[in-house]
Amino acid sequence: MLKTTPFHSRTAPLILGQAWRRWSGFSVASSYDLLPDREYTAVRNSAALFDISPLCKYRLRGRDAGRLLDRMVTRDLTKCRVGQVMYTPWCDSHGKVIDDGTVSRLSDTEYRLTAAEPSIRWLQMNGFGLEATIEDVSDTLGALAIQGPLARIILNQVAEPTVEGLKFFRVMPARIGGVAVEISRTGYTGDLGYEIWVPAAGAVKVWDALMTAGANYGILPAGIWALDIARIEAGLVMADVDYHSAHRALIADQKSTPFELSLDWTVSLDKGRYNGKQALVREHTAGPAWRFVGLEVDWESFEALYAAHHLPPSLPTVAWRTSTPIYRDGRQIGYASSGCWSPLLKKYLALAHIRAPHFAPDTRVEMEVTVEHQRRRAAATVRKLPFFDPARKKA
Amino acid sequence: MATNSYDAIIIGGGHNGLVTAAYLARAGKKTLVLERRHLLGGAAVSEEVFPGFTFSVFSYVVSLLRPEIVRDLELPRHGLQILPLESTVTPLPNGDYLAGWGDADLTRREVSRHSLRDADAMVEFGRLMHHMAMAVKPILGMIPPDPTSLAPSDLAGMLKLGGHMRSLGPENFHALYKLMTMSSADYLDEWYEFDALKATKSASGIIGTFLSPRSPGSAYVLLHHYMGEIDGAFRAWGFAKGGTGTISNAIANAARALGATIRTEAPVAKVLTKGGRATGVVLDSGEEIMAPLVVSGLDPRRTFLELVDPGQLPDDLVTAVRRFKFRGSSGKVNLALSELPNFTCLPGIGPLHRGAVSISPSMDYLERAYDDAKYGEFSKRPYMDIVFPSMLDPDMAPPGKHVMSVFVQYAPYHLNGGWTDAKREAFGDAVVDTIAEHAPNLKSAILHRQVLTPLDIERITGLSEGNIFAGELALQQLFFLRPAAAWAKYRTPIHGYYQCGAGTHPGGGIMGASGRLAALKILADQ
Ligand SMILES: Cc1cc2nc3c(=O)[nH]c(=O)nc-3n(C[C@H](O)[C@H](O)[C@H](O)COP(=O)(O)OP(=O)(O)OC[C@H]3O[C@@H](n4cnc5c(N)ncnc54)[C@H](O)[C@@H]3O)c2cc1C
Repeated sequence: MLKTTPFHSRTAPLILGQAWRRWSGFSVASSYDLLPDREYTAVRNSAALFDISPLCKYRLRGRDAGRLLDRMVTRDLTKCRVGQVMYTPWCDSHGKVIDDGTVSRLSDTEYRLTAAEPSIRWLQMNGFGLEATIEDVSDTLGALAIQGPLARIILNQVAEPTVEGLKFFRVMPARIGGVAVEISRTGYTGDLGYEIWVPAAGAVKVWDALMTAGANYGILPAGIWALDIARIEAGLVMADVDYHSAHRALIADQKSTPFELSLDWTVSLDKGRYNGKQALVREHTAGPAWRFVGLEVDWESFEALYAAHHLPPSLPTVAWRTSTPIYRDGRQIGYASSGCWSPLLKKYLALAHIRAPHFAPDTRVEMEVTVEHQRRRAAATVRKLPFFDPARKKA
Repeated sequence: MATNSYDAIIIGGGHNGLVTAAYLARAGKKTLVLERRHLLGGAAVSEEVFPGFTFSVFSYVVSLLRPEIVRDLELPRHGLQILPLESTVTPLPNGDYLAGWGDADLTRREVSRHSLRDADAMVEFGRLMHHMAMAVKPILGMIPPDPTSLAPSDLAGMLKLGGHMRSLGPENFHALYKLMTMSSADYLDEWYEFDALKATKSASGIIGTFLSPRSPGSAYVLLHHYMGEIDGAFRAWGFAKGGTGTISNAIANAARALGATIRTEAPVAKVLTKGGRATGVVLDSGEEIMAPLVVSGLDPRRTFLELVDPGQLPDDLVTAVRRFKFRGSSGKVNLALSELPNFTCLPGIGPLHRGAVSISPSMDYLERAYDDAKYGEFSKRPYMDIVFPSMLDPDMAPPGKHVMSVFVQYAPYHLNGGWTDAKREAFGDAVVDTIAEHAPNLKSAILHRQVLTPLDIERITGLSEGNIFAGELALQQLFFLRPAAAWAKYRTPIHGYYQCGAGTHPGGGIMGASGRLAALKILADQ
């Protein structure tokens, strides 16, 4: 049996089409509704409630907990103050990304790390000789993400204290429905949003409180299909989809560095020793061989491929995750790793890995599309990420 | 008194006028829009009519906004956000309902409750309408060629059109011909047996037109719904966040970003001309503004008979415009509610409230509604298309409260004895009474009510006789005949004076197509 999340008794009855999927050994909803459209719309129009409990979660405590993490990740965690959250990747000694996640500093000596992949062994190896305890709280800590323009209004009805003063990438303790939780202003949608970290025993109470308070504000439980479109619009990389963990990749070509994932801003070149630093400093000087960029498919070109068959363009209704060749002047220069139609921007978007020197914004490239069983190429343009970045995200 | 001059002046800040302005500005023209009202959008406006309650006062769903306009003007960046509107529920007299849901399997099962045959027919009908929509779509993006002209551009246009028609193949061509000439009742009879299904489908054929589903020519408008579908995931069909005024404002923002100037509360009295050429406009205030290009976004009656002296125009054009049929037949009732109406056919708050509710229980019901109007009365029990915008966009009403939009057909502009305040309220009562038969709590839930008759629509938006499409979308008023033979190409007999409103090809609805094609024509003429 797959594991179920602490919210299962609430989410299970809502999954109309039994559209379950696996995530880290758990079953969660692909979409609750028969069509994912409304759930995606809630992210950009009202508020969507995601069960993100399957994330791997670790609690680190002790005098050296901060040092442990700082040695492991690429960001300078010595700058992370209590109540702050930092997004960061972490690398192997060659500067190849193993995983990415967030570090929340809960007190002077206590941190929480989220990860896509189980990381206890890597944490222990990095903590060798340090005074820090590492606890895997993946199964005991439930997590919800409430994301969308009305997320704050809804949360303020139930959170004590309110999240009114909580800034982007900050975390605070609070109570919801009588349950002690932590609320961070984070998310995977590029919108105004919060994540709520709750002990499994209190999970259902928090869910109920949010759903009740949100009823007048269009809150909607939403599944991974909706999340996937939102995160592509936000240009957020997904482990195991857009890159492969250096711990899993079988050959060197399957690995990526933070620079190759366009995560430059997360790499500290001047902090003390950490995994992969030397390689990253070298790469910084030489310039990365690849970049992770946005692609916007040219509509007229895409439409013409279908018009040749007397068909209207057929767009993906959910995001795809199939590696797709990208060409320039007839030569393959990279591949797209995710793509979707953006219902908000009315554009066909993709996230792609492009080889130097073809990754400059506005470069004209071509993306492979299959039309009536035939491989074709649609014109596309390289764009800087994110595609969508509303002011409310940080306001 | 003449103020500074422009390259182009657009009269009327309806969505079409704004589209024309944006395209002209994009081409580098110094462009000015002059709008009579204090807000932009014409029939596509959102207003906080009652404190806390925002309404799409007139038009309420996005039907066919052209994807190329969305792209060219980058409307999403300027605030356009379209929300899905998935279902249609028709309450039935026996307490049951008929629903079309967003999910095809659910719909098929639902229809099969009423008719197994119709459930099957839907699939094939959908396929046919797909072909019809594909056939008509290019025409929506085409400046109508004049079939009687031998000018190279017209001949090329006719050839292109002929080629397009031939490419349809005989089967689809004949189907298209039928669609253009038949009544929606007859057309649907060839496919379906369940009365309420036919009534609900054919209702879209009578919207905005003084026709019944049994009048020839009413089938064509059926297509509009399917046109939206071939735009597919583009979802040109849906509900605009913030109401339809957001669409107008997004276009206005785009126009401004491209350099256009937009003035509100600036009603234009006349177009100034000299030696058969437009030279500018004079406002009601007496202010004169000069420009070698003047574009009217108003309907044909105002464009040709009011803004200019008809004496300057050829007689046949004046006659054609005088004969152009407006005869508005629709009204609108906007309600602010303390709670949602609870429909007895599907009790509780549910998916019904996230889509449209259609009061169209049978063909005879629609026909009787028409009969009232035919003899100069509003329908005692009208056809209605109802949506609950606050269910889709919570910002439209205070938390827990709701707005409800009721589009009503028929309410004739030429009412026996004329419209009065008392008759407006009686009309509003007929609407509320009819809906309350299906949702008994409605009356006690109403906090505020705004009733708009065709006369109100005319007074507020300037649409003559309150016709929502700036002139009926009847076959004799379409394509190269819209608004008049030989003048369907956005030009007028006055040099430099153009038309860009919904009274030109391809016509009404929030499409923007008229505005865009007019701009393309103007730029081509330069
Ligand atoms: C009640 C109602 C419901 C409708 N429902 C829908 C719907 O759901 N979906 C849909 O797609 N379509 C709908 N329509 C139709 C659609 O709204 C119209 O066809 C379309 O908005 C017309 O746009 P336009 O720009 O051509 O003209 P208008 O919107 O009429 O714009 C003309 C503008 O000119 C201004 N003006 C008038 N005289 C002057 C003057 N002398 N000087 C300066 N400015 C002037 C007016 O104030 C107005 O702003 C509806 C219409 C109505 C009335």
